Amino acid sequence: MSMDDYTALAAQFADEIVTHSLVQDVDLPGGGGTLALITLDNGFDHKRPTTLGPNTLVELGILLEKLRDRAAMGEIAAVGVTGKPHYLVAGADLSAVKRLHEREHGVLMAQLGHEVYSTLNDMGVPSFVFINGIALGGGLEIALNANYRTVSTGAGSLGLPEAFIGLVPGWGGVYLLPRLIGPANAVKVMIENPLSNNRTLTGPAAFDLGIADALFEPADFLEQSLAWAGRVVRGELTVQRPHAVSEPLSAADSAAWDQAVAAARAFVQARTSNAAPAPARAIDLLEQGKNYTKAESFEQENLALADLMQTDEFHSTVYAFLDLVQKRGKKPAGAPDRALARPVTKVGVVGAGLMASQLALLFARQLRVPVVLTDIEQARVDKGVGYVHAEVDKLLSKGRISADAANRTKALVTGSVSKDVFADADFVIEAVFEELGVKKQVFAEVEAIVSDSCILATNTSSLSVTAMAEDLKHPERLVGFHFFNPVAVMPLLEIVRAPKTDDAVLATAFETAKALRKTAVLVKDAPAFVVNRVLGRMFGEITKVFDEGTDAATADNALRPMGLPMTPFRLLALVGLPVGQHVQESLHAAFGDRFHVSANQQRLIDAGRKGLWEQDGEGRSVVPQETLDLMTFGTTPSTGEEVLVRTQDALADEIGRMLAEGVVAGPEDVDLCMITGAGWPMHLGGITPYLDRVGASERVLGHRFHAAAARQVA
Amino acid sequence: MSQNRQIRDVVFVDGVRTPFGKAGDKGIYAGTRADDLVVKCIRELLRRNPGLPAGRIDDVAIAATTQTGDQGLTIGRSAALLAGLPKSVPGFAIDRMCAGAMTAVTTTASGIAFGAYDVVLAGGVEHMGNHPMGSGADPNPRFLSERLVDPAALNMGNTAENLHDRFPAITKDRADAYAAASQRKLAQAYGNGQIQPDLVPVATRKPGQGWTLNSVDEPPRPGTTVEDLASLRTPFRAHGRVTAGNAAGLNDGATVALLAAADTAAELGLPVRMRLVSFAFAGVEPEVMGVGPVPATEKALKSAGLTIADIGLFEINEAFAVQVLSFLDHFGIDDEDPRVNRYGGAIAVGHPLASSGVRLMNQLARQFEEDPTVRYGITTMCIGLGMGGTIIWENPHWTGGTDSKENAA
Repeated sequence: MSMDDYTALAAQFADEIVTHSLVQDVDLPGGGGTLALITLDNGFDHKRPTTLGPNTLVELGILLEKLRDRAAMGEIAAVGVTGKPHYLVAGADLSAVKRLHEREHGVLMAQLGHEVYSTLNDMGVPSFVFINGIALGGGLEIALNANYRTVSTGAGSLGLPEAFIGLVPGWGGVYLLPRLIGPANAVKVMIENPLSNNRTLTGPAAFDLGIADALFEPADFLEQSLAWAGRVVRGELTVQRPHAVSEPLSAADSAAWDQAVAAARAFVQARTSNAAPAPARAIDLLEQGKNYTKAESFEQENLALADLMQTDEFHSTVYAFLDLVQKRGKKPAGAPDRALARPVTKVGVVGAGLMASQLALLFARQLRVPVVLTDIEQARVDKGVGYVHAEVDKLLSKGRISADAANRTKALVTGSVSKDVFADADFVIEAVFEELGVKKQVFAEVEAIVSDSCILATNTSSLSVTAMAEDLKHPERLVGFHFFNPVAVMPLLEIVRAPKTDDAVLATAFETAKALRKTAVLVKDAPAFVVNRVLGRMFGEITKVFDEGTDAATADNALRPMGLPMTPFRLLALVGLPVGQHVQESLHAAFGDRFHVSANQQRLIDAGRKGLWEQDGEGRSVVPQETLDLMTFGTTPSTGEEVLVRTQDALADEIGRMLAEGVVAGPEDVDLCMITGAGWPMHLGGITPYLDRVGASERVLGHRFHAAAARQVA
Repeated sequence: MSQNRQIRDVVFVDGVRTPFGKAGDKGIYAGTRADDLVVKCIRELLRRNPGLPAGRIDDVAIAATTQTGDQGLTIGRSAALLAGLPKSVPGFAIDRMCAGAMTAVTTTASGIAFGAYDVVLAGGVEHMGNHPMGSGADPNPRFLSERLVDPAALNMGNTAENLHDRFPAITKDRADAYAAASQRKLAQAYGNGQIQPDLVPVATRKPGQGWTLNSVDEPPRPGTTVEDLASLRTPFRAHGRVTAGNAAGLNDGATVALLAAADTAAELGLPVRMRLVSFAFAGVEPEVMGVGPVPATEKALKSAGLTIADIGLFEINEAFAVQVLSFLDHFGIDDEDPRVNRYGGAIAVGHPLASSGVRLMNQLARQFEEDPTVRYGITTMCIGLGMGGTIIWENPHWTGGTDSKENAA
């Protein structure tokens, strides 16, 4: 095939932001002839990453074919590829790929990449890629397909995230990488890292793994890379690849390969319960690729890519990752003009318990302003400040922060038994006992001390912010600031607007959230806001079917297809049964019987049980008979399938109600909350695309959450 | 303590420079930062001298005539940090216009001789595309009102025309002939591979063109004839003598040299390419700044106890052909004397103001290696506002063959 076969495909993407292939001849330093140096550059600054769409690939392919002809004529001695500052290439243009609605177009796109990259591999002269910056997915695969690679110590974000996105490294990565760096390392790069919060490699790490042949510092990376290329071309330097696997495979290599495949499967099973198809498909290709020729592997890669491009999981991940986490998470729907925000130069935290201490640490580390904790007892204050100091010391001992930063952070956090220390604070947040009267009293005391413009925030998870504001002199200054536990880890912050909260206060809340590096979502003041309400409805359904007589294993495992990070009963045990029960009771009080309050759960709490499941002597999870004896059960057990459908319907119902009430701006916010606040899976798009797909929204609400056209599947 | 103080010998270990570019939007360094050019030189020097632990560098002196923007922020220190030198290595900025790098060398060399330093980096940079000559300057009105300096003296081309007035024997034809020879000699030196070893290739990127690698100087016009030069216009004076062809252009570039105390060089096994004998700076009337090298050289010779006859090689900066010729006439040296600017000069290769001093040293050091019959050489240059600077160097490769010192002594 030639590039002409792809022009029709490319023409479909007239609006593609093309990454151009700019080329200049340079003399190899030290002699050796001319290197044709290609710069991949979309003409924009670093805010617009360079990506690979069909037009980009066709342009690169045409250029490489021309250069291959020049190489044949002896005009050039080498070909090099590098990128504009900060990027080699950030990967395939996902907004283009997700629009490949016809499977045959997906096949064509996959073939196009292979065609172009294979040319780079076989130029007739040595080909080099100088990895100057971010190289993800198809971006890193350009480098893998070249004959030689250098990488900058300043480069970050190197990796093959396809398994995370819902694809496979199908432009040669799955075939080339295990041969270049060994199968175990390849599994780390293309399976383990993508499924570990989409972790990526630094330049030095990529060099250590054997992905690049040479490592240079950024100050003269390209100059040194070209000098190195000159030595390779002149034959002065033999490149060593200690991790490479050569063919035919030795018995030891073959065994290591099988072992790596087995380890990858075990890893994916443990991480994802095989809920998404992409990682398994990548492992299949790796396993079969052991005996494939390159051509055979590339053919299978094309088919795998074409299949996966049409899956719901791929489209849902693009929705969750790009549209929600990357875009909506950075530009929260409904946030007022940031120009209205007021500076926050000192923070007060009412309370000195664990939550309050976690908040103090977060504010001090991220805002770098004085934070003062208060409590009624000096001992509790000391304990709270002591917690923060100990956490800072832990960060210091792990090398996460410098000694100076540790000193600074510790000095920022102080405590007092008097709220007078709040007099010059701009932002006071309470984390006291979850009871309306207590909180109202706290705010009344604080308001007597602080300035009129000081913002008051509540970390309540279940109480009415509106009610809390009622007796304030300045009710417009109160805003809900609902963090998730553990505060340092969970990205979500639900920002609650009460009816009287004014725009300046809300704008300050959003700017503060950004400074705290949290993903902020605006929610209306409604019981339990978003995450706890959705989780509460789910817990209610599961505890209810359990109480009705469904056995624990069936009830607890029924939601596996929803890809939750933890089964409901295990999550309840982690949260703490009394806390879960308290939330459930408040939801029941607010919404009635939709939210089941389980008498059996209460019996477990009364008996001091920490959870339903316990480990038996052989490490298996069981519900001990004496635990079962504490409880009473109905006689109408459900099958797992029934439990799943019932829960789907319950969630569709609840989310439908939340949207009707205007709790959030749209289903996207519900998904963003569940992904960043509860760890619900991106490959299902959080929850609402999943409920659309399984028909729950149609069944319960009579309509989908998302227009069908938004994610067409052929 | 002062009784034990000894003056130490200072040696020139090595020097490199970027290829020089033409200033302006079409030049090779349009869009490239001046400080980055310095960084490339510093890193190359360290690579070329692996015996030198970077932490042993005691100071980094970098000159620039315009010290704002990408040439601001105390460029010696900022370039040291950007080059990845240890944070313990200090740096500073220096300015004596065209003799910036030369002054960086003499100032730090003095520190070595005094015992304050063992090893230094000294160099200069001028990105005349980013910083056109005189940009941002605010000359004191007293220059004018008290007739301290003829305003024309602030324009270097005018001072060159003034020099032709002062020395009528230096005709436009002589200047053009000298300029054509400069181009020819540089082309020969390139052909012989005498220039390239001290160049640091610099990668640059321009919008719509991508990256390229600059390995050679941009300004030279090999093949230039006196006939070509005769037809050029004289921008500073109608029917004048100074043209773009018999003057250095407006250029971008950077240079850095590595100097050490002789004992430290021995300790670290660093090569000794030149030994510093003496140096001097002198002032002249700003209106004829080009004659500055004459008194500077006389002063330097005097303090070294040498005469002009002892000098076997001259590297004189060619801001203008007339300025070189006035120097040669003064000392009775022929226009085509083979001791003078063997590799051609700034008329051909370019003159990024504060960087040029070290270029002269790089070339003299290479000529010393090539010619062990020579014992002494000088690097000298004229300086705006009426100054000249000269350094006398001794050739460590001198074999004693023709010891002109004997004659002088």
